[in-house]
Amino acid sequence: MAILKTENLTYTYSQGTPFEKTAVDNVNIEIERGEFVGVIGHTGSGKSTLIQHFNGLLQPTLGKIYLDGMDIWANKKNIRNIRFRVGLVFQYPEYQLFEDTVYRDIAFGPKNMGLSEAEIDGRVRRTAQAVGLSEEVLEKSPFELSGGQKRRVAIAGVMAMEPEVLILDEPTAGLDPGGRDKILGQIKEYHKMTGNTVLLVSHSMEDVAKYASKILVMNESRLFCYDTPQNVFRRSEEITQMGLSVPQITRVFDMLRQKGVDLNDEVYTVKYAVGLITEELRKRGKIDA
Amino acid sequence: MSEIAEAVNLEFRYDEEAELIFENLNLSFKQGEMTAILGHNGCGKSTFAKHLNAILLPSGGKVYVDGIDTADETRLFDIRQRVGMVFQNPDNQIVATIVEEDVAFALENLGGPPQEIRRRVDEALQAVGMYKYRLHAPHQLSGGQKQRVAIAGIIAMRPKCIVLDEPTAMLDPVGRNKVMKTVKKLNEEFGITIILITHYMEEASQCKRVIVMDKGKVLMDDCPKEVFSNVDKLKEVGLDVPQATELVYELNKLGLSLDTHITDENECCEALLKLLS
Repeated sequence: MAILKTENLTYTYSQGTPFEKTAVDNVNIEIERGEFVGVIGHTGSGKSTLIQHFNGLLQPTLGKIYLDGMDIWANKKNIRNIRFRVGLVFQYPEYQLFEDTVYRDIAFGPKNMGLSEAEIDGRVRRTAQAVGLSEEVLEKSPFELSGGQKRRVAIAGVMAMEPEVLILDEPTAGLDPGGRDKILGQIKEYHKMTGNTVLLVSHSMEDVAKYASKILVMNESRLFCYDTPQNVFRRSEEITQMGLSVPQITRVFDMLRQKGVDLNDEVYTVKYAVGLITEELRKRGKIDA
Repeated sequence: MSEIAEAVNLEFRYDEEAELIFENLNLSFKQGEMTAILGHNGCGKSTFAKHLNAILLPSGGKVYVDGIDTADETRLFDIRQRVGMVFQNPDNQIVATIVEEDVAFALENLGGPPQEIRRRVDEALQAVGMYKYRLHAPHQLSGGQKQRVAIAGIIAMRPKCIVLDEPTAMLDPVGRNKVMKTVKKLNEEFGITIILITHYMEEASQCKRVIVMDKGKVLMDDCPKEVFSNVDKLKEVGLDVPQATELVYELNKLGLSLDTHITDENECCEALLKLLS
């Protein structure tokens, strides 16, 4: 069964005022448990509004959201529990750190869940380790840390609640390539370890292509598609038209195709491209098998 | 050949007990150049940028802007009028409630006849393509638009040089593109020297010169093609290369001999065509 499902989900901001705007328009989607979903769409496409529905931060104007088959708004009192099960990491989450030690900041969520001290302790240490924070860091003030470390503390704080669905809104914005790869690698590791569902909102097609098993594309408040990376990047022309970009490597192979060399229309990582080119060279007898 | 900005044996530490961030750093920028500075977080590139308009002053050595010593407090206005800075977060840089008033803010502080201010504000807004938004409130704009308004506020002062510290980090691809186009235009059409700090390799590859910094030192200083051909060295310091360059690099590791200076998809496509034909 789908872990997340929306039915005719529609959200209109400032309804009944001159500023009325439908930000999410009739979205129907089913996300299977355990997927790693890349969420893309240009600014104003409705992707942030959409993900804020998944843990009940926004209540739909129309339509329904199901978490593991249960309508999350069936009982309003239950919404707090939904937020433990669907964790949302906002953009620039380091601005939300507030405790006097890293340990207490990560422990904040699990504590609110009413877990035992021992369980909280275990979770804090486990997640800190998972995001690459050492034991010494746990006793420091979050404000003594570097930007990248702070970001990881904030992400650990949500991971420590072990949500069934972890949603991250551009977790790598403003980081250098090394820091970016590190955080994305840790998220991937968390995904592998727990088998939980992860939704990653990103402007970087290269990153989405590298990590996601499914891609959700929002365009002009509507769901453009929800499919495998292969099938999504096959529509590179439409995607480019909506102001998004496809990975550079995909553009290279699109160009090759236009020039009559049709190797494959599903190239979106460098690793795959290398394999494809060497195989082709072998076929053409240019290099030895 | 005139240098717009120059660091000579620059030394810097935040306070006396802190470690030296720069030791004997020498860098200069010619009038009209467009340069990218790359480096991982904490390598000292932003600290360096802040020396270029006297937000920070050297602990040792000198920084000159258009020949003026930045340590000369009496020339502070002259220095800041010559070198403008744009920062990462557009929301932290906008002070007024109307776009055109924001662009006029610095000019009004410098004084001058109102007609001249009006003319320069209009020109600046046109240069960044934001003229039709001149009466909007900044909060109605997208991040990319706000960043272009921040740039307009600086152009209005007619600076010789603009330093941009990760101006596109918070923007989406469309906003990023527009800001980059604007920056390039300012360089090409108005001859403004551009120093662009960025984490995006595709932005760096659009500059004529790329400086890679690591631990407060200049690791590389060359044209983008030469810099990006050092894939191993870049990865070592936590940087990336364009995917086209990486593909070539990986294929060469397998024994092929493609041109290691490839950075864009056109060149990559051509090279692959040749390889396969």
